[in-house]
Amino acid sequence: MARAATTTDAFNAVAEPRRRQILDLLAEGERPVNDLVERLGLAQPQVSKHLRVLREVGLVDVRDEGRRRFYRLNGEPLKPIHDWVGAFEQAWTERFEVLDVVLEELKRKDKGDGHDDEQR
Amino acid sequence: MTSSGKAVVTLPTDKQILIEREFDAPKELVYKAYTTPELIKRWWAGKRGEVTLVEVDLRVGGGWRYVMNASSGGFEVGFHGEYREIVANERLVSTEVYEGMPDAEALDTLTLTEEDGRTKLSILVEHEKQEHRDGHIESGMEGGMQESMDALEEVAKSLG
Repeated sequence: MARAATTTDAFNAVAEPRRRQILDLLAEGERPVNDLVERLGLAQPQVSKHLRVLREVGLVDVRDEGRRRFYRLNGEPLKPIHDWVGAFEQAWTERFEVLDVVLEELKRKDKGDGHDDEQR
Repeated sequence: MTSSGKAVVTLPTDKQILIEREFDAPKELVYKAYTTPELIKRWWAGKRGEVTLVEVDLRVGGGWRYVMNASSGGFEVGFHGEYREIVANERLVSTEVYEGMPDAEALDTLTLTEEDGRTKLSILVEHEKQEHRDGHIESGMEGGMQESMDALEEVAKSLG
């Protein structure tokens, strides 16, 4: 269950908000570097630094086309993160499903008490 | 967006966990369900067990403690903490300690925002150390506990 505490795994790579933003952008499709620079509103060296980290952990792949460099998402390394958080997320999902039932009851009671109930 | 949906869990930083979900109810009711002992008892264990104890002293500096009994395995897990900030129906900040990992105290911030009668709930869990955050995700929840109990049972069987 425990994971390696290195600074170069996918877990740490996605801990940085800007890098998650890059992954979100790449999730829509392959993009050239200058496009990422423009959309992120960051300086080119900063973007390149983030891309290097993402490349090192295999989260992005790179391709050169003439003088342009294209990046694309490689979701594979994200799977362990997804699996790792999955059980935790599932527990909260189930918990909230029961909370939904409790809330429906409270809403009905509220209505019975003569309060407004805009929903439904 | 429908009211029944998945909880969305993200890790904004290496010490944080963010849990988000939308409910088809006004924030007053969500807050009520979140802070009233008889109601907490009904939903907090989800579908994995039964809440055996809920203590809520809802004032700044007041304590809370929840204990649940996992449906299979017959073991109890307890959580407790202290309320730090209370804005009724909107924001509740409290500490949280999973009693199986007493050194890892987290700060939980519950935020409720209502729009058109629907309420967006978010819980930001902040740990002091990444390993505590990771431990919280792995073993602080019944899910992880359940899996480790199942694994333990397998081991016990193989020994028998």
